[in-house]
Amino acid sequence: MMTDGTGFSSIEDLAARVPDACLLAVPKDEGGVSMAATRALIRRGVHDLHLLCVPTSGLQADLLIGAGCVATIECGAVTLDEFGLAPRFRDAVQSGSVRIIDSTCPAIYAALQASEKGSPFAALRGIIGSDVERQRDDWKIIENPFASTPDPVLLLPAIQPDIALFHARLGDRHGNVWIGNKRECVIAAHAAKTALATFEAEFDGNLVADERYAAGTIAGVYMEATALAPKGAWPLALPGYYGRDSDHLRAYAKAGRSADGFAAYLAEHVIGETP
Amino acid sequence: MTAWNREEALICVLADMMQGARGVAVGATSPIPASAALLAQARSGGRTKAMILGGVQHGPFNDGGPELFDRAAQGRIDVFFLGGGQIDGEGNVNLVGTGPYPRADARFPGNFGAPYLYFLVPRVILFREEHSKRVLVPKVDFVSAPGSSPDGLHRPGGPHALVTGRAVFLFDRGARRFRLQSLHPGETLAGVRDETGFTFDVPDEVTETPPPAADDLVLLRGPMRDQIGEIYPEFVAGR
Repeated sequence: MMTDGTGFSSIEDLAARVPDACLLAVPKDEGGVSMAATRALIRRGVHDLHLLCVPTSGLQADLLIGAGCVATIECGAVTLDEFGLAPRFRDAVQSGSVRIIDSTCPAIYAALQASEKGSPFAALRGIIGSDVERQRDDWKIIENPFASTPDPVLLLPAIQPDIALFHARLGDRHGNVWIGNKRECVIAAHAAKTALATFEAEFDGNLVADERYAAGTIAGVYMEATALAPKGAWPLALPGYYGRDSDHLRAYAKAGRSADGFAAYLAEHVIGETP
Repeated sequence: MTAWNREEALICVLADMMQGARGVAVGATSPIPASAALLAQARSGGRTKAMILGGVQHGPFNDGGPELFDRAAQGRIDVFFLGGGQIDGEGNVNLVGTGPYPRADARFPGNFGAPYLYFLVPRVILFREEHSKRVLVPKVDFVSAPGSSPDGLHRPGGPHALVTGRAVFLFDRGARRFRLQSLHPGETLAGVRDETGFTFDVPDEVTETPPPAADDLVLLRGPMRDQIGEIYPEFVAGR
């Protein structure tokens, strides 16, 4: 819950609440990525993060990896989509400077949903016999105990992130945030020990008490702190509010290919940003 | 009959493979399969439902990322498209990278939902425009999703076809091999063999991939142009 129910945090305060080496869950592009908080995290010099992408990531993961904030990345995929491969992610995995835990999107969702329920594991169809399954020592195959004939099923341990971090559309003075239909954020926030969010605009009222918003709201009981951050997903999109900044992303995809280009990008858009 | 282009022909070939499907799911960054799914939807009078993942207008889902996967496991998605950095002759797909694992020589984005959907969606169409020995390899370096599974494993899904910029193959699940279905105009069997890293079966008579039907071109260039343009402005502008 927020401080005293009357004040919002600053973006830099939010970043200060993310400890080094924590398990940090972040949503996919267009799922409400807090790029404002991501830049603040880099400025604060967070390091050794275990970054869990729910279930994929793009610019956010690439920036955090390039800036040396990430020890381990667990993901369904990291890509800049039509702007190309995520250049810092690619280099870091190829050179071994970041540990990668290759997963698959439904496995990440299921492991978080197990944590939502406080269940020790989730059972899932498919996946058995792939190299994805073979290289995961933490996954187990059992025989379906309810079947009369052999029926192997994959078990995944629950994933409980230390923190879920995302960008909501609206926030109110009760600590509630409205994410609309971005259920990835709900799953991550419910599964995690605590959650932090930036939000696009202030809602004058109580989102949980308002029938029009309640279904798309994450209640303040899950939220440790929230911060107002207009255009907080930029240069990514916040559907319903603004599209992505394609020119910017295209320029980043090019700059990120070299260490010098990436450093220049950080200096201009991250370190040089006036919070 | 008006002239048609390569993309239009591929869209129609893929749409033909969705006959009778109810749910068709396509990844957001695949304009040709997405256009094909929308064409199949238009042809079917709405019985076929296209789900363009990431598309704002064309997703019938509202419950977030897990919903597609949950529906697939329930058997309610009939067709899915899959690309792949590498595809081999047994229908194995690699979305992770070439060379050793995990420190790949060339790292790809990652598995996405492939290790799951390939098992559960009955008709998975492998679509990759690039038809070269770089992509179509004898054996994938990493099996993101296997083309087939041992008996006794729950596996209603798997590869149905492989469509490239040169040819159409159908997958024979019993033989665990691809069989050439048709060559695109201008392609020869010898040329396609030269560019394919795995062996495949060939019928006695190899046909040419059919041109788009006039009705389909009317749809693609008319009512569907705006629909596709909403999702892929650059793709429509380039056509």
